Amino acid sequence: MDKYISAPFKSEEMKDLKSGDYVYITGTIYTARDAAHKRMYEALERKEELPVSMENNVIYYMGPSPAREGRPIGSAGPTTASRMDKYAPSLLDLGLKGMIGKGKRSKEVQDAIVRNQAVYFAAVGGAGALLSKCIKKSEVIAYDDLGTEAIRKLEVENFPVIVVIDAQGNNLYETAITDYQR
Amino acid sequence: MIRTINTDKITETIREMCIEANHFLSKDMDKAMKDAVEKEESPLGKQILCQLQENLQIAGEDMIPICQDTGMAVIFIEVGQDVHVEGGSLEDAINEGVRQGYVEGFLRKSVVGDPLIRENTKDNTPAIIHYSIVSGDKIKITVAPKGFGSENMSRVFMLKPADGIEGVKNAVLTAVKDAGPNACPPMVVGVGIGGTFEKCAIMAKHALTRDMEQRSEIPYVKELEEELLEKINNLGIGPGGLGGRVTALAVNIETYPTHIAGLPVGINICCHVNRHIVRTI
Repeated sequence: MDKYISAPFKSEEMKDLKSGDYVYITGTIYTARDAAHKRMYEALERKEELPVSMENNVIYYMGPSPAREGRPIGSAGPTTASRMDKYAPSLLDLGLKGMIGKGKRSKEVQDAIVRNQAVYFAAVGGAGALLSKCIKKSEVIAYDDLGTEAIRKLEVENFPVIVVIDAQGNNLYETAITDYQR
Repeated sequence: MIRTINTDKITETIREMCIEANHFLSKDMDKAMKDAVEKEESPLGKQILCQLQENLQIAGEDMIPICQDTGMAVIFIEVGQDVHVEGGSLEDAINEGVRQGYVEGFLRKSVVGDPLIRENTKDNTPAIIHYSIVSGDKIKITVAPKGFGSENMSRVFMLKPADGIEGVKNAVLTAVKDAGPNACPPMVVGVGIGGTFEKCAIMAKHALTRDMEQRSEIPYVKELEEELLEKINNLGIGPGGLGGRVTALAVNIETYPTHIAGLPVGINICCHVNRHIVRTI
């Protein structure tokens, strides 16, 4: 089912997003991938504040290619989410409501999604040029020295994603393939 | 007769090839992706494949890389033994071409200088270079930027001779099943059978650069390629790993003599952005 939602999310909306839904996100989301997650995790271990609040927010696992002049961003598709599995449960426990990436998640992440009533979305891997068209503004807000891996604040418009793991723990990667197995 | 080629020519060629490979798929891959739209039975799978068609169009028209992971630059370079390279070191010339291509072409710099210290080299060098010396007076260059979503799902199995062809099939299917959505299907599966530990991996990588429509010239290997493609597509993984009939576009296998005690199998998985272009100087 096609759904339209604005980001940051509202907690009460999460239960309405079901595994398999095609969702268009409009609003503010943040990018972070391997190196930024490691830094945020280490900051939490030292009891420091994160550069961005997790509360009701969405993290997009993405490191863009450089923007050509006059454009907000370069190619901007999802990276493999499982590399963030070590760090994701702590962020979900701090109120993170959505993660956008591609590929499987660990049992620990799936449990943390259900525990915190959050959602894991997939964006289409390898569609970075197309997805860049839905990003209207991009600004580095932390860890600038990490280059493509810095944390960016993005303004997105009808950014297309698919619900893979919903707040009830249904997982599209497990259910969808059975229909086409021979 | 010795033919002289200046390193400037090599640098310039590689610079252009890095930019071209990241914005335009080769003809064989482009056709394979169009055919996939027709073949796919799953509505969501078809929708994803259509988005990938649109993505390719935007990439070419607006010069935005097809995928933000513009890869580590893998380069196969076949140097004719009658070529004399002048103007400096060949390796420096290749890396300079990669540096210029990635910096001037707005490509992502995805290389860290040390695997554990992990500081970005900021120009995507060094490249991964596979040299071979061949007959003739030309230099043939293949540039194949490799993304790591699929690279991370690649495997080497040191099978026993007794495992035989069934062992090889199981190894390939295991790798593809484990890769699932992580490798951005529909994928291309490069396989190297035989040789040594490193030889099978390099063959698997090289197999990815083969024309998608070209099957092995060895009859039993051709059959194996076709059988594995069918078995992989029967896994139901589909585009994006969200279910469907098109999980792989091709299985390309290379073989090589091996030791009496071994049966090495390398499986290099590539996403649908299987970039490979060739130029001869």
